[in-house]
Parts: sequence; structure tokens; C-alpha cells
Amino acid sequence: MADGERTAFGDLLRPIADPPVRPDLISLSASATAAASAAVDPPHGSRSEADRLGASLKELADADARIVFVGDPGRTDPGLALPGNAVRTAKYSFLTFIPRNLFEQFRRLAYVYFLAIAVLNQLPQLAVFGRGASVLPLAFVLLVTAVKDAYEDWRRHRSDLVENGRAAPVLDPAGSGQFRPRRWKDLRVGEVIKVLADESIPCDMVLLATSDPTGVAYVQTINLDGESNLKTRYAKQETMSRLPSITAGSVTTLIRCETPNRNIYGFHANLEVDGKRVSLGASNIILRGCELKNTAWAIGVAVYTGNETKVMLNSSGATSKRSRLETHMNRETLLLSAILITLCSAVSICNGIWLAIHRDELELSQYFRKRDYSGGDEKYYNYYGIAMQVFFIFLMAVIVFQIMIPISLYISMELVRLGQAYFMIRDKNLYDESSNSRFQCRALNINEDLGQIRYVFSDKTGTLTENKMVFQCASIRGIDYSEGKDPSPNGSDVYCVVVGDQFWRPKMLVKTDPKLVRLLRSEGETQEGKHARDFFLALAACNTIVPLIVGTPDPKQKLIDYQGESPDEQALVYAAAAYGYVLIERTSGHIVIDVLGDRQRFNVLGLHEFDSDRKRMSVIIGCPDRTVRLFVKGADSSMFGVLEKSIDLDIIRATETNLHAYSSVGLRTLVVGMRELSRNDFEEWQSTYEKASTALYGRGSLLRAVASSVENNLQILGASGIEDKLQQGVPEAIESLRQAGIRVWVLTGDKQETAISIGYSCKLLTSEMTHIVINSNSEASCRKSLEDAIAISSKFVTISSRAQNTITGSGSARVPLALIIDGTSLVHILETELEEKLFKIATVCDVVLCCRVAPLQKAGIVALIKKRTEDMTLAIGDGANDVSMIQMADVGIGISGQEGRQAVMASDFAMGQFRFLVPLLLVHGHWNYQRIAYMILYNFYRNAVFVFIMFWYVLYTAYTLTTAITEWSSVLYSVLYSALPTVVVGILDKDLSRRTLLEYPKLYGNGQREESYNLKLFILTMMDAIWQSLVVFFIPYMAYRDTTVDGSSLGDLWTLAVVTLVNIHLAMDVFRWNWITHLSIWGSIAVAVMCVILIDSMWFLPGYWAIYHIMKTGLFWLCLLGIFAAGMIPRFTMKALAEYFMLNDIQISRELEKFGNFNDFTGTEISMSTFSQTHPGFIR
Amino acid sequence: MNNVNGSVVGSSSGSGDGSAPRRNSKRPKYSRFTQQELPACKPILTPKWVISVFTLIGVVFVPIGIASLMASNDVVEIVDRYDNVCVPPNMTNDKVAYIQNNATDKTCIRTLEVPKHMSQPIYVYYQLDNFYQNHRRYVKSRNDAQLRKRSQANETSGCDPEKRTIDGAPIVPCGLIAWSLFNDTYIFAIGNKNLTVNKKGISWKSDRDHKFGKDVFPKNFQSGPLIGGAKLNATKPLSEQEDLIVWMRTAALPTFRKLYGRIEQDLNAGDVISVTLKNNYNTYSFSGKKKLVLSTSSWLGGKNDFLGIAYLAVGGLCFFLAVAFTIVYLVKPR
Repeated sequence: MADGERTAFGDLLRPIADPPVRPDLISLSASATAAASAAVDPPHGSRSEADRLGASLKELADADARIVFVGDPGRTDPGLALPGNAVRTAKYSFLTFIPRNLFEQFRRLAYVYFLAIAVLNQLPQLAVFGRGASVLPLAFVLLVTAVKDAYEDWRRHRSDLVENGRAAPVLDPAGSGQFRPRRWKDLRVGEVIKVLADESIPCDMVLLATSDPTGVAYVQTINLDGESNLKTRYAKQETMSRLPSITAGSVTTLIRCETPNRNIYGFHANLEVDGKRVSLGASNIILRGCELKNTAWAIGVAVYTGNETKVMLNSSGATSKRSRLETHMNRETLLLSAILITLCSAVSICNGIWLAIHRDELELSQYFRKRDYSGGDEKYYNYYGIAMQVFFIFLMAVIVFQIMIPISLYISMELVRLGQAYFMIRDKNLYDESSNSRFQCRALNINEDLGQIRYVFSDKTGTLTENKMVFQCASIRGIDYSEGKDPSPNGSDVYCVVVGDQFWRPKMLVKTDPKLVRLLRSEGETQEGKHARDFFLALAACNTIVPLIVGTPDPKQKLIDYQGESPDEQALVYAAAAYGYVLIERTSGHIVIDVLGDRQRFNVLGLHEFDSDRKRMSVIIGCPDRTVRLFVKGADSSMFGVLEKSIDLDIIRATETNLHAYSSVGLRTLVVGMRELSRNDFEEWQSTYEKASTALYGRGSLLRAVASSVENNLQILGASGIEDKLQQGVPEAIESLRQAGIRVWVLTGDKQETAISIGYSCKLLTSEMTHIVINSNSEASCRKSLEDAIAISSKFVTISSRAQNTITGSGSARVPLALIIDGTSLVHILETELEEKLFKIATVCDVVLCCRVAPLQKAGIVALIKKRTEDMTLAIGDGANDVSMIQMADVGIGISGQEGRQAVMASDFAMGQFRFLVPLLLVHGHWNYQRIAYMILYNFYRNAVFVFIMFWYVLYTAYTLTTAITEWSSVLYSVLYSALPTVVVGILDKDLSRRTLLEYPKLYGNGQREESYNLKLFILTMMDAIWQSLVVFFIPYMAYRDTTVDGSSLGDLWTLAVVTLVNIHLAMDVFRWNWITHLSIWGSIAVAVMCVILIDSMWFLPGYWAIYHIMKTGLFWLCLLGIFAAGMIPRFTMKALAEYFMLNDIQISRELEKFGNFNDFTGTEISMSTFSQTHPGFIR
Repeated sequence: MNNVNGSVVGSSSGSGDGSAPRRNSKRPKYSRFTQQELPACKPILTPKWVISVFTLIGVVFVPIGIASLMASNDVVEIVDRYDNVCVPPNMTNDKVAYIQNNATDKTCIRTLEVPKHMSQPIYVYYQLDNFYQNHRRYVKSRNDAQLRKRSQANETSGCDPEKRTIDGAPIVPCGLIAWSLFNDTYIFAIGNKNLTVNKKGISWKSDRDHKFGKDVFPKNFQSGPLIGGAKLNATKPLSEQEDLIVWMRTAALPTFRKLYGRIEQDLNAGDVISVTLKNNYNTYSFSGKKKLVLSTSSWLGGKNDFLGIAYLAVGGLCFFLAVAFTIVYLVKPR
């Protein structure tokens, strides 16, 4: 590089070894700081869009601003109205626990029902059960939930205690200038707090000063948004320079900031110091939950504390959704209520009729005794006339038959879901090694929905791909360099920087094109070489990356780790480093780049942040050769508009061709341009820039205007191609999902070519597919292309419908269709009448690919399906731009990956990799659905049997609702005698093994077609319940007719019969018997027997010793045996017939699993044919 | 300014990337339980299983059914309904008035012929039809605490409407159940020879020992304006009032039998038993029937063919199903 030559800019630019900071540089670097302070280059447009909105729309009005006097909490908050810094994540305290917890629990309608019944039972006329027995089930359920809540809350209390008890040095307000440690919870707004390196930040504070002379501080925000890279934050020069007077309290400094809000990427405030106003932005604030890194200390003033900090405002609880199955279950619960009301009405009406018929006998019959003579005057004893009697009997019947609505089902379902979540979290197949993250269940009540998904909406970047960008190739001045070869990690071809006796090596290795390397190293003086050098200089300089030097075990070797918010930029800087342009230092005012072994210092004079309008960013660099250059990089669409076309037209053409080639192999492309600024240009820019960056109102748009005015007439340097690597196993996962009958739609912000090429590489699109592309700019053309598309698709569908007669899934006989639609068209389609047309096409297409879509459009597409079909939707994404889609879908899954945690925070489930979707849906989803579905049906059946038995008995008690079964047994029946096995089976039973489910994705259709739970099954189960109740009731009835048997003995027989019968019923349906299942089922029967014995050992109960007497008789045992056989025969027969004749895929797979071959089957069944489509090898 | 910013870190803590050594891996620990791979048996209803299960049930049930039928067959039972015939012909229009009239003699003589040899013990039952001992009003009207302990005599809760006398003294035993104690009596004779009826031990020992107190004596019993049934001997403790104990074990069904006593001698076929009974108990007000039952017993209890028939039916059905399934599996194999 030529040096020593004084340019028109004087000594503005100096060599790197120049230690003193010149006074005339201060202003420049300050303005650069200001520029940098606004410069956040996000990986995706959405975030900066939010910022921009925040900037332009929300200017600070004094009315809703918070005024903070720095170092003076007393003046800031005289009335102590602001919350302290104590955080409270716990919901309850000792005093409020019981009322609040009860309130929370009773928001469930079912509990209110049971409470109402318990209250009803307390009325003396209606007292069916004793006080204790009637309240017990509800109390039990409430208690279990309360204990669970209390435990969770206790853990939160503990963590709150630890958090609040931490200490931070706080400036003594007395003015001594000393920092004294204080507990976090005692911190107040306005206090000046010091944070040391690697310490957590106790509250949201505005930086006043840092150990770095330019005021830079680095923070790690992993707890806040999950991003592990360092972010730069800046203290204002105004406060930096006045720090001693601020700490001494001699200068009044005040900050006017917006009221607390949850936007962690935005902050609006201004600072008044010595009457001078400076504006503050998101880069001047450090947030609670972050850690200070790489900076010895930082001093800041607390602006938001405690629950007003952004991290606390963002910690919203899990979303509450209701699963499809539960919705169906509620429908059946209504049916059961109807049955319940029918039973109650029947009993009460019969009772009325009985009373009417026996009207004249009531007076004298010993068992009725209408009158009470003991009071002297003869009054009716507990008799209020027939009408009243009927009414009371009705209410009493509701109390007696209440368990028709299974209360225990609610608690069992919660337990089962908890258990299922446990197994999903513990599943090693859902553990992601690279991010060390387990599966997370954030929503506990939609586990079973995972088994019924028909549509998957997936984000691309970070979800299908790793979001780890790797530089692949470059086109420099129209010449393509894409012959890169992979470097060996320790090979000699890896470029290293020599610093003293140490070698500094970039952490990530990038493959290099030897031709290009040669060009850079040896032919630098040619025109071509010069362009190449400029290109890589641009890559190394035009970014906001911070290099970190990281030690390795080898003391001589250090790694350079590039930290930045945009993975694209990281990739570019690593690429520049690999080619010899190593960025090794960044402060707010300059960067140091090792240019092919020669260390050079570049002053960063200005920086225009990336925004989604311009779709580019630029820096103004003062070079060592005293030239001032503007480097711009951005999306091709935006860059071609600002290039100087008059001179380099052929180069631009060639670059365009290269770009097309890059994007067609799925690379992300960026175009780089440059312009040398003349002194006039620069000064003009500088003055407007300074004006804009200090403007109080509309700063964002002013800065954008400044950027646009300077970014023009650029000379094209070249373009880069960055590979967004596919995540491991994505094509296989998509293939599995497709076979499972799940439609995968990809919604991406990328452009069409990139989206299609990614579609191909992840096997979403295949070569035999017919593509329907819709990209139109107006409503009319959208309409036309949609109509054309409908015509095409209907043609294909009619062809295929002739060829294929089954409707399940996408058949192989039909020509697959793919719809590719872009965001601009969607603008004209979504929320207009064209939506219907889009829906029509989209649902016949096998694959839908939406490119260039905005976050809200993603949600709109999900809504398109959700509104019109009953099909379950699942959205999966990793970035903030996927949040709306995740929340819209029935099931939202967050990928805990490279981008922030916002998607995870909004999701129902979170996991590390896209491919986990396959085991999650196909294995856990299938299991969960099958288990919960069976459990609901079983619980309905179980309680119905019991209620019907009581009902039959009531018919023989003059309709007076006497129960032979003791009240304790009827209470314990659903919570103790038969509850545990359903929970255990609901958690542990597996109809098929994981291997089988993964091997034959078709089996997933079971959940999609709602085969495990539907109205037909419900009715069949109920009929079975009625049959079994008839058997249980009438066998003993007939056997004990005209005998001396007493009510308690017969009641015990019925109790034991029904408990054993329902457990045998469950046992018959268990797919897999392991020791826990055995223990719970047989254990439950044993527990029931013991309880009955225990109850009959209470002398004060009428049934004293009855069980001992009846158990001694042979008749008792013969009755039991007869009940089991007669009760089970219909079900057993049906099961045997169904398993033999109504073959389904699950049955076949079960037999395959057990016997290991298909020899027994000749493949004549219809269901076999769907099976054989995917596995023709099985049919011999 | 010479100080390179990044080098301040100097340690690996700044690296959040995957390659850094991980101290606390969250990898779930492998166990067969957490991976849901516990060893398990997977029953499948193969034809073999289905046919064997049905056959097994058939094989077990048919013999039991036959044995039950035989047992029931061996039981000799004499049932005599007497409520309608033990009313004088002039009173048949108003049986209630007859039964309520304390002045009339309620003695009634019935003759029963023994159809088959009856070996001892022969149980004597009375059977009431349409008497709802399981009526809710009735079944709750008792107090077990009072029956057990003398000191609890005042404990009459739940005994409505037979709680206290008009003066307010507690009734022992209180409640409708005790109040309605059955009070027909039977005296049996063959020719001139009386048949002794043993009334000891007709109640459950557990009831006598623990439920009805040895020191609890009847008090203020059956003193109200409406007499429900038997009066009790006020000098005998409740634990010895076995008729009451039997009665208070309320029947499960509206038609029931209660043990009256045991005849501990064999009766021969053709013996004619004359029963002198006192027809005291009012079942006329609710058209209930009263029957006297003499019955022997088998290992299965009394005479009841139902269980035998049910077992035969179930067993037969299972055999049928076994055959049907065999045919189905043979005729229409998959």
C-alpha cells in the first residue's frame, strides 16, 4: 500500500502504530460511534423493521416518558412508586396460596360442576352421601393439583431468593463517589451501578462509561434471546467524559426514556447532560439477564428494575391451547350429560309414578312411614308431596350418578400428559448434540395433537437449514471463482496471522479457490488483482463483526472468533480471512485488518445499518492510503439499482449470470459495490449524517435518507455465494413426513430461485413434479394465474382420480403438483376473495412453497388452512419472524437454534433439529394420541359401567336411590380402585414399537383419520358398558333372588365384580405388558379388595363384616367368575373378529412385529394394498 | 489503542459455539425405562389363542353349570304363602283393619307336606314380597352407635321418624328398621310331636359380638301411637335379640327371606307338618306377601337354578364360538 502521501484529507487517516488519540479525531470517532450505535445488522428483516417502526412512530412525548435522574434515586422516584429490583416469578405466597390456587383451579368448568354437586349434597333433604364422602373426590383432585402447583411455586421462590440476594456495587448516593455492594432486590431506578467482567447485569441500565476508552462494552445475551455471540453496546462520549462529575453528583444528568415495554431490540431515550441533549438507542442499554463480557467494567444507571425489566416482561408463561381430542371429548361429555339427565329423569319420574300408585299405602307401610308422630302433632316425615319428591329425587339422582362425568379423567389426563412429556423430554432421539438441547414441552395439554397433524408449515432458514452460512464462491468483476477445495484443518494452506510469536487462525475454515488465492497474492498489481483485493477488503470491512481472540491448548496458537449478529456477515468475514484479509480488531472508531500479512488500520467514518427497505448496508472507511471509500453490500435486487451501469454493463451482465447460477444451486447471494468518495462528497455526507444522527425526531428515516443519498453510482466489485447448509437428515425427514400423509409447506423469506433450489436439495420438490408458479404484481394478474392454476390442477386431478380409487394420502399414481407462490402475490390474495381459490389449488398440490413472505403472511397462510379445514396444522420455525405462524398453528414448534429464542418462547414444543419432527410426530405423536384416546374412552366406559350398575339397582329400591355399594366405595372407585392402571397404560402402553412406526410412516394415518377416538367408538364403548353393567348387576341379582342376602354383601359383590371387570377389560386392551403394567392392574384389584375389606371392618358402617361372610360362600365366587366371562365375551369376540377380518395397518404391523414375517398374509385385503404401495417388498 | 480488543477475553468463555468442551451435557441418560423400551410381552389374538380361550371357558363352565344345577336340584324347598289365607273370610275386604285390630286372635294353622326327604339342618325362613327394606327412607333410619354402647343411648341421629317418644325420651333401638321388626311366629309339629326350632345362632356372630351391645337393653321401644311390628323383651340385651339382629341386616332386594330358625332333625317324604302361626305382621297395607319357607341347603345355598343355567349357557356359547371361529379360520383364512 502506498503510504506517506498526503491526500486532501490531511492527516485524517493514520497508520496503525500511532498511539495518541488526536483531538481532531474525537469528533469523528464520536460521530462514528453514533452511527454505530444505530447500526444493528440483524439477520432478518423483521427485527429491524420493528426497530424502524419503533423509531418513526414512537417519538418520546414527555407525558409517557420516564425521567431518571442519574445517581439520584430519591428525585427519580420520590414516592417510591416504581417497583424495586426484586423479581417475583412465584405466583403465590403463604397467605395467598389457598385462595388464589383455588380460584385458578375452579376456572375449570368441570370442577365447578363437582363443587355444585358437593354443595347440593350438603342440603339435608338431598344428603345422599355422607359429608366426607361427597367432598372427597373433589378435594382429592384439588389437593393433587395444589401440591403440584405448590411444588412448582416453591422452586420459583427459591430461585427468586437466590436471584434477589445477589450483590452488585452501587454508587453511594451520599456523593463520596464510592461503590458499595448492595443486594439486587434493593436496587432502585436512578442508581448508578457498576458491573464487572463476566458478571450478570442486575437490571436494565443505560451505559454511562466502560473500561474501554471509546465506551464499548460487550454483552452476551444468551439468557435473553439465546444468541451466544457478543453484542456491542456503547456508552455515550458525553457521559464517558463527565464520569467523575456524574459520580460525584456535581452535574445533573437526566435520562428521559420510554415507559417499560417488552421490545428487547428497541429502546428510545435521550440524555440531558449539562444542558446538552443526546439521543440514546438500543445500543446504549444493557439488559438484565445479559452478562458483561470482554470488558473489565461498565458503569450504568438503572432505568428499569425488577418486573419492569425487559427480560421479565418477556417471560410469558406457556401458551394454553386445547387439544383436538379434548374438544371431541367435550362433545362426548355433553352426550354423557344427556345420558345422565335421562337416567335422573327416568328415576325421578318412576319415583313419582310409584308414589302415585302407592299413595294410599304410604301411611302405613313400615318401610315408608309417611308420618312422624314423635313431635306430638302428626306431621309428614321428610315428605313434601309428589311433585317436590320428584324434584328432590332428580337432584339426588344427579348426586348419585355424578361420576357419569368422569372427574378423575381430568386429573388422569394431566398426569398422563405429564408422563408423556417426561418421556418426550428424556428421549435421546430428540436430544440435539450440537446445541446441547433436549426436547422441551412448553405446552402440556396438546401432546396428543402431535399424532393428528396433516399440515406442516416450515420456515426455511434455521429450520430446514442450519443457519450456519458458509462462503462457497465469489464472482469478482464478472469472473466466477467457485473451484474451492476444502482446507485441511492444520494444513499449510490455512491462512494465519503472525502476531509476535503467536499464530492467529480464523476459527472457521473456508474453502478457497487456488486461482483466486494466486491472483490475490502474486498478481495484486494487475487490474484483476486490484479488484479482487478491493472485493475482499469490502468483505472484511463492510460489516459489524467483532473479532475475539480465543486461546487454544497450544499457547502459540490462538483462534479468531468472529462474533456478530448476522450469520451471513460472519461467513463473509471468515471468507475474507481465508483469503488473507483478516479482521483482527474492532473498536468503535476503527478496524484493524491484516492484509496479506501487513497490518493496516482503517478508520470507520460512517456506517449505515441494514434495513429491509434498502436491503443493503454500507460503511465509509478511511483507508491507510488516505482515500475514503464507501463499501456497500446488499441483495442483488437492491444493488443493481444503485450500480453505475454506464461503464461496467458487461460486467454487471456477467455477474447477473453468475448470481443466477449461484441461487439455482441454493446459495444465498450478496452483491458488493464500492465508490471512492471525494473530499466534497465526504464532507457533504458528514454534515448531513451528523445532523441526522443527532436529530431528535424521525432519526431513523433521516439516517435512511442519508444512506440512500450516498449509496449510488457504485462500481461493482462482485458477488458472493453463501451456502445455507441443510440440517442433517432433512430430506429423509421430509420424505418420511410425506409418506405419513403430512403435507409439508415451506414458507421462506428467500427469493424464488433459492427457495426452489433448497426445495430440491431437501427433496421437497422432485423432478417429476409439475410446478405451478404464481408471482404476480397485481390483483388481476393474480386472479388470472390462480384460475389458470385451477385449470391445470383440475386436469391433473381428474386424470389421477380415474387412476386411483383410494383417497388416503398422496397416491403414487397421480402426477404430483407443486405450487410456488411469492409474497407479492400473497399480498393480493390473502384476506380477499381470492383466498378461496388459493385454498383450492393449495390443497390439491402436494407441495407448496411460499417465498419472499413476510412474518404476518406466514400466519395468514396457516390461517388459510386452519379456517377452512378440520385438519391439524403444525408450524415449525426458529426466528422471530416465525412467531406469528407458530402461534397461529394448532401446534407450534420452535427450533432452538442460531436465531433468538423468540420462536421457542412462543412455541408449544421446542427442539434442536428439524429432523426430530419425524420421531416426534410419527412415534411420540402416534403413541400420545393412541394412549390419550384410549384413556378417554376407557374412562367414559369405566364410570358408565358403575353408574349403570347403580341405576339398575335403583330400579329395585322403589326408585329411591339407595346404593348397595357403600358410599366410600363409590367415591374411591374412580380415584383409587381403577385410576392408576389407566394412567400407567396412558403413559406406558405402546401399540407399536418405535422402529416399526419409523419404518412405516403410513401408520401415522391412524391419528389423522381419528381412528382411535370417534363417535362410533364412543357409542360401541357405551354399548359395551351397558352390557357389562347388565351382567354385573343381573347375575348376582338372579342368583341371590329370594335369599337372605343383605344389601351390604350384595353391594360388596357388585363392587368387587365391577372393579375387577373394568381392570380385566383394560388388561385385555393393553398392547404391551411390562412389569409396571402388571403391577398397576393387578395391584389395583388387590387394593380394591383390601379397601372393601377395610370398609367392612368398620363396626359403625351397616356393612360390618359382610365381605367376610359372603366370601365364604361358593356362590360369591361363582358369581364373580360368571360375571367376568359373560361380561367379556362380546368384547373378546368383537376383538377377535376385528383383528382377524377388519385388518388395519396397525394390526398388520403388530403381527409383523411379533412374528417377524408376512408369510401368513396373502395380501388380498384392501388395507394391505395401501401398505404395499410403500413397501412392495413385503408382499410375496 | 494497540491493545487488541478481543484478546481481553483470553479464555474460552467467550465462545458459545458447539466446539467448546461441554461440562454439563443435557443428554438424557439412557435407561430402558426412559426410552420406553422395558421388556414387555405383546399378546395378540391369534386364531390359536382365540379358540383355546373359548374352549377353556367352555370346559370350565359347563361342568360348573352341571354341578350347580345338581346342587340346586338336591335342595328341597317348601314355600307356603299364608298372608291371604290367614285372614278370616269375613275380613278379606279389609285386611288392614283385621291386622290392626289387637283384640282379634291372629292364630292360623297351615299344613305342609314334605315332598322329599329333607336332611337337617332345615332352615326356616319367612319371606316378604314387596317389602322395600332397601328403601332410602328406611335403610338410613338406624343408629349403629346407639346399638353398640349403652352410653350412647341418646345418640339417635338418623333415626327419624322413630327417634324419640312424644315425651322426648330416646328410643332404643331407634329408627324405622327396628320399629318395623317382623313379629309373626311359627310353631311346627308333625302329628302331635312338636318340632323344635332352634333360634340360637341365626344371626351373624360378628353382629352379636361387635355391633349389638351386651349391655344395651331396649328402652321406650314400640311406645308410639303407630305400632310397626314386634315388641322387644326389655330384659334381654340387644346382642341376644337375634330376630332383631337378623332383621336389621337389611335385605338387598324388595323380596327377601330372613332366617327364622333351624329345625335340627331330618324330615321324611310325606311327613305332614302343621304350622301354628301368629299372623301379626301388617303387610296388607302395602299388598306385600308373606311366605313361610322350609329349605335344606347345598354347597351353593338354596334352590336356584339360575346360576347353573347361566354357566351352561355361557359354556355352551363359548363352545359354539370356539367351533365357529375354527370354521371361520379354516373356511376363510387370510
